[in-house]
Amino acid sequence: MSVLSMTGIRKAFGDHTVLKDISLHVDKREVVSIIGPSGSGKSTLLRCAAFLETIDSGEIAYMDRPAVRTVNGKAVYEKDLKPFRRDFGLVFQNFNLFPHYSVMKNVTDAPLRVQKRDKQEVRAEAEKLLEKMGLSDKADAYPCELSGGQQQRVSIVRALMMNPEILFFDEPTSALDPELTGEVLKVIKQLADEKMTMVIVTHEMAFAHSISDRVIFMDCGVIVEQGTPRELFEGTRKERTRQFLQNYNQAMGVREQDSAPEA
Amino acid sequence: MASGLGETCAIFFLTLIFAIPLGMVVALMRRSRFKVLSLISGFFISVLRGTPLMLQLLAVTYGPYYIFGVSVSRNKLIPVVIAFSINYAAYFAEIYRSGIESIPIGQYEASQVLGYTKLQTFMKIILPQVIRRILPSMTNEIVTLVKDTSMAFTVSYVEIFTLAKQIANSQTSFMPFIVAGVFYYVFNFIVSFVMRRVEKAMNYYTL
Repeated sequence: MSVLSMTGIRKAFGDHTVLKDISLHVDKREVVSIIGPSGSGKSTLLRCAAFLETIDSGEIAYMDRPAVRTVNGKAVYEKDLKPFRRDFGLVFQNFNLFPHYSVMKNVTDAPLRVQKRDKQEVRAEAEKLLEKMGLSDKADAYPCELSGGQQQRVSIVRALMMNPEILFFDEPTSALDPELTGEVLKVIKQLADEKMTMVIVTHEMAFAHSISDRVIFMDCGVIVEQGTPRELFEGTRKERTRQFLQNYNQAMGVREQDSAPEA
Repeated sequence: MASGLGETCAIFFLTLIFAIPLGMVVALMRRSRFKVLSLISGFFISVLRGTPLMLQLLAVTYGPYYIFGVSVSRNKLIPVVIAFSINYAAYFAEIYRSGIESIPIGQYEASQVLGYTKLQTFMKIILPQVIRRILPSMTNEIVTLVKDTSMAFTVSYVEIFTLAKQIANSQTSFMPFIVAGVFYYVFNFIVSFVMRRVEKAMNYYTL
């Protein structure tokens, strides 16, 4: 059974076509990374899956239940998307925590207000998750009192508290400096080890390599290539992929030289 | 003069009670995706901001007499409060709009993904942050309202300024105006103090 299944997705912003017939199927317990240059459409694809952008045509289903169909070439959304929103969680690039809520309220408000779950049970679960993420002493803090890395971990807890079938990450470390990136990647790795189903849009190649069951390389609105990390990073047969990885490695190489201590 | 004090306070508090929610209705209409609502609201705001408050007071108080032949009611508090309320609602609406538009789109997106309804998103996520952001501008408007209440004298509504004028005329003394001035100043001193306390109370987080 596919947790998420997207078929023939097309999406344009005005005259600019961002997604050209993209299909993406994610199985239970699969970890999929999407890499590619800026503007390749990878974030848009994730935002379409999360219903933050509407697709022009194509099909989207969660747990084999269709949420979006295409009738006469036009996408038709289910009237009530609520049951589908329960299936996924999304972690944003810039966290989007609620600044007027404490950490505890940020992570428990939706389970209580939206899912109407038991208060005691929700609080206990939140405490457990915060502890797991190394945030147990931050429950009463406000987002503005936390570092970017801590904020992103809170937002991961917030998404997990909804008990989603699949978790989306939209460049979760792009707003963080390298030092804080590590602590967030560690948490995501931990989730991967626990076999959480995830789709991660990222620029962290080494991370994508080590964590993913499957890596997708996107460019100009199409999936150029996909495969196991090994197939894609080491054995790519596509010129475009090779070029992208080469540019990336070169850029990283330059950065390492720059930061090397002066002799 | 003390009797005028109650009248001034009545205009002030009644105007706030009506204008604060009415302004929100106007602001939400302005942002509505229904073009008609947004046009009506835009017109309402532009007329009320574009014409003198004094003229609006006269229009609301005496307009019904000239248009419908309805006799001017002896209790002028009602027309005065109506005029002040719609005028201030127009200004408040623009403050609310700027506040609502300053909230990052990510707050709406996060709420949507978490399954909040549109109403829950507005009431629980957006509005509290809007209030926090607009407090300084609201203080400004409220301070102006205290002073604007004196304009009720144009329709001979007996509030503190009208009384001061009457007494000044009968005693040929400037003193009553000074007393009135001190009264407005003290009133606004209290308003500013209260608003600062409210701002402080909401300062437990930064945006």
